[in-house]
Amino acid sequence: MNRHQHDQDHDHHDHSHLSDIELRVRALESILVEKGYVDPAAIDALVETYETKVGPRNGAKVIAKAWVDPQFRTWLGRDATAAIASLGFRGRQGEHMVAVENTPDEHNMVVCTLCSCYPWSVLGLPPVWYKSAPYRSRAVIDPRGVLAEFGVTLPETTRIRVWDSTAEVRYLVLPMRPEGTEDWDEEGLAALVTRDSMIGTGLPTKPDEVVR
Amino acid sequence: MNGAHDLGGMMGFGRIGAEPDEPWFHAPWERRAFGLTLAMGFTGTWNIDMTRHARESLPPMEYLASSYYEVWIRGLEKLVVQSGLVSADELAAGNALSEPAPVKRVLKADKVAEALARGGPANRPAQRHARFAVGERVATRNMHPTGHTRLPRYARDKEGVVERVHGVYVFPDTNAHREEENPQWLYTVRFSGRELWGEEADPTLVVSVDAWESYLEPA
Repeated sequence: MNRHQHDQDHDHHDHSHLSDIELRVRALESILVEKGYVDPAAIDALVETYETKVGPRNGAKVIAKAWVDPQFRTWLGRDATAAIASLGFRGRQGEHMVAVENTPDEHNMVVCTLCSCYPWSVLGLPPVWYKSAPYRSRAVIDPRGVLAEFGVTLPETTRIRVWDSTAEVRYLVLPMRPEGTEDWDEEGLAALVTRDSMIGTGLPTKPDEVVR
Repeated sequence: MNGAHDLGGMMGFGRIGAEPDEPWFHAPWERRAFGLTLAMGFTGTWNIDMTRHARESLPPMEYLASSYYEVWIRGLEKLVVQSGLVSADELAAGNALSEPAPVKRVLKADKVAEALARGGPANRPAQRHARFAVGERVATRNMHPTGHTRLPRYARDKEGVVERVHGVYVFPDTNAHREEENPQWLYTVRFSGRELWGEEADPTLVVSVDAWESYLEPA
């Protein structure tokens, strides 16, 4: 946040400093509250949920469990919605889940070219880049170029499998378990699972890149 | 509609520019825009396809020049006016000028967790058998509807293979226009990069879309 925005945050009563969009949102909220369509406390609760309770740590737990528990991994492949719900992650923008597994031969990457479909229940709200024109336009035509921007280079023989989320099905990438983690427990493994590795624009953190 | 939202394969937007340690929201107004949009969704006045269409039918120049949550707010303004909950005069004035219209429900703070956990499943019971099976070759239709659709332009009039059969799902093309849910079988159809982008395409590329049955024909 720059200083200008910071000042605005602490300046709730002086409308003259507010930008057009801030005024628009404020006007819309006050009309909708005045008419009784929304409860401002519910807005606070919605925001708090997605700032503090739902995020990629959910998905990391799913992945780590799939790495250590072959039965869970099979269930995740067959019925990801139910397998993920068994860990307590369900509901909005995760109603219909599919997990897609990376292998040495195939790398999966998820995009929504039409809008911003993303598995909220396991990853939280999408980052700005995921919702923006550069990623949405390029992921389906130049995925290797996209991956290079994320610092990921895959062997030329690896198939790149891009999933465009055009319906209500939400895709979660199951990355490959990093080598050298054979004796790691689920919690340690979860710490290696990055958000981007579950979108397919990244890989899990390598064991030698973290301090245990 | 062939709107500015249908971005797959376009060029010239530049670098992706991922932000390290990105915050969930970049300004206080984004928090309100997010919460307000979700809370209004829970009134049950419109569905998710109408929400998407409201955003995607913004004039292309406006859509591309607006930030993500600006698009949400412009979409929400459209929806409240179209559905008669707020008048254009009220939006201009910035306060209520008339009695509220009835809504199905109002989300209270203590019901937020429950409502989010419930979500909004889009699958429906099957009334007939699926027309296509896994492994079958299909062709997407060459279609350019003026209303809402979820078949991206880059994947129209292309041949692919059915990879998954998901079940029966609400059909956005009609649901976005209040013309009933019209549920249809939904498939993941995969295409080779060359089918989509020609001989210059990455030979290792495979792209899929999720396609409703009426988007498809036998190949």
